[in-house]
Amino acid sequence: MSAKLAAWIDGIGVLAPGLADWPSARAVLAGETTYVAAPTVLPAPAILPPAERRRASRLVKLALAIGIEAVSHAGADAATLATVFSSSCGDGHNCHALCEQLASDDRAVSPTRFHNSVHNTAAGYWGIATGAMAPCQVLCAYDWSFGAGLVEALAQVATTRAPVLLIAYDAEYPEPIHAMRPTRDAAGVALLLSPARSDSSVAGLSLRPDDGPADTLADPALETLRTNIPALRALPLLARIARGAAGETGIDYLAPLRLVVEVLP
Amino acid sequence: MIPLQLTHFTASTCLGRGLAPTLAALDAQANGLKRCDFETVDLDTWIGEVDGVDAIHLPAALARHDCRNNRLALLALETDGFADAVRTAIDRYGKRRVGCFLGTSTAGILQTELAYRRRDPATGALPPDFVYETTHNTYSVGGFVREYFGLEGPAAVVSTACSSSAKVFAQAARMIEVGLIDAALVGGVDSLCLTTLYGFASLELTSPQPCRPYDAARDGISIGEGAAYALLERAPAAPAADAVLLLGAGESSDAYHMSSPHPEGLGARLAMAAALADAGLAAGDIGYINLHGTATPANDAAEGKAVAALFGDRVPCSSTKGATGHTLGAAGAVEAVIGALALRHGLLPGSAQTRTLDPALAALGLDYLLANRRAPLRYVLSNSFGFGGSNCSLILGRAS
Repeated sequence: MSAKLAAWIDGIGVLAPGLADWPSARAVLAGETTYVAAPTVLPAPAILPPAERRRASRLVKLALAIGIEAVSHAGADAATLATVFSSSCGDGHNCHALCEQLASDDRAVSPTRFHNSVHNTAAGYWGIATGAMAPCQVLCAYDWSFGAGLVEALAQVATTRAPVLLIAYDAEYPEPIHAMRPTRDAAGVALLLSPARSDSSVAGLSLRPDDGPADTLADPALETLRTNIPALRALPLLARIARGAAGETGIDYLAPLRLVVEVLP
Repeated sequence: MIPLQLTHFTASTCLGRGLAPTLAALDAQANGLKRCDFETVDLDTWIGEVDGVDAIHLPAALARHDCRNNRLALLALETDGFADAVRTAIDRYGKRRVGCFLGTSTAGILQTELAYRRRDPATGALPPDFVYETTHNTYSVGGFVREYFGLEGPAAVVSTACSSSAKVFAQAARMIEVGLIDAALVGGVDSLCLTTLYGFASLELTSPQPCRPYDAARDGISIGEGAAYALLERAPAAPAADAVLLLGAGESSDAYHMSSPHPEGLGARLAMAAALADAGLAAGDIGYINLHGTATPANDAAEGKAVAALFGDRVPCSSTKGATGHTLGAAGAVEAVIGALALRHGLLPGSAQTRTLDPALAALGLDYLLANRRAPLRYVLSNSFGFGGSNCSLILGRAS
């Protein structure tokens, strides 16, 4: 039955510490170039209107950048696409500012801070920027948010027979929450998933839940990224795609399950 | 979609704990709102608070999940025999074949707000008893409920502001349709906190009076809290006559503004039309619409235009937020349960506290219910629209 959870990947977007986009991530994951650690560089979201662009948070810049990279890679029209946003967190800096203000004597919070506090902020700005009126789903499953987003996106592809753009992204909290949730930087992965193979298809995948541990990465620096930033639990899947190797990859999901993803180059 | 049956459902709001007080309050057109006296909040507004939340104690093994949101989640689970129905489903299908999909906008943020007041004066550190993962994090209510039942299947929390717990019905239907699970625990939990009360006040969207949806004198929302759940399973070939079915869902995005709806209700109209198409029904089949109806001037105007454009003057409609307050991320599930009660009892609830329908909305020809109406119902539509332009409409039906 779970064979129904299958799709073609028509576009990929990546932004992570030391990985500026999918081509550079592909080269590192394929072993063609050496990984060099560096803070994530978030581009200004050119697709937002100027007022929103100036105020865009790190999380919004991240989600828009990887979404646009995946859509451009596939030559798709963002305005027509259903989306699944999945994140283990909201905008940590905004959350900290709100909590600090609410703990003070002056609780008059900024209206913009408040509407940017919802978990679906990036999805809202994506809709404003692209004009997409298709359904948008916004999920959280703590450290397993990438897997939960992949399951949801593939279920949508299976039931609607239309492409779905998955955008999984996370960013750091400032102190004092950082001490409790030490995500070190911003990173995300976007996959444009299609029901049928096309000229832009990079690889095919099918998914089933199963027992067992997730795959790990041999490079200790990349493995640290995988475990530290929840959206990067996608890295073993991206590594298999980068190597152009058919076979199965285990992705982290809610215990005791993992997701077994079969990749067809 | 494939028809699913709501084999069990329950709701706890300021109207009371469970279906009986909820139905009685709707029958009496009563409301559960009161002047805001929550925590240390100093705002001129009204709230809907669930009685007894703080008296709820989580099982010792789940103590790290303790926060107002998860106490409310547990209070509602152990009401109307809902938890026993979940356990029966687990016995029948297995703990891997029952999914858990919940909607929330607040999660346990109150716990963090309170922890910030107790920061170490020297270092600024949060108190060591603050647990981020199982209280603050958006997934906390999903993790808590999954662990409470020992579930091992797929799970997620949907957080699309005020459409969150409508969208979990659609999500669960997809998971059942693709064969990942056989049954799903769906619902929504949202609890009172300072972020939403002061936040909506900063947007000038809270009312100094009990909220009056679609009223000429409406001037904002009354924030409520609530928890509601349904157990979804494939409908049998011949369901009982009074069985309540989930027949369709429609989702859309406004692509317009973070906190204002599309002025013509374009996204709302797309969601309602998609739900009708999903259920294979026409506008004339719907017997009652439970409106999103928050009682802000802009939201009600936009939704009214969308409803009039699609349904004209043919379909009775009302908002029940004058009774429950706006339970935010729980509103979709609360109002799905109210829709199920309407189907089961033939009760079209009149809008508590709405005295005079806004003339601009009346001019659209809406059949807005100021008083209860009794009529046999076959199909009900429930609307939920959230910040960021996230819309969801559900269609529930009676088997016959």
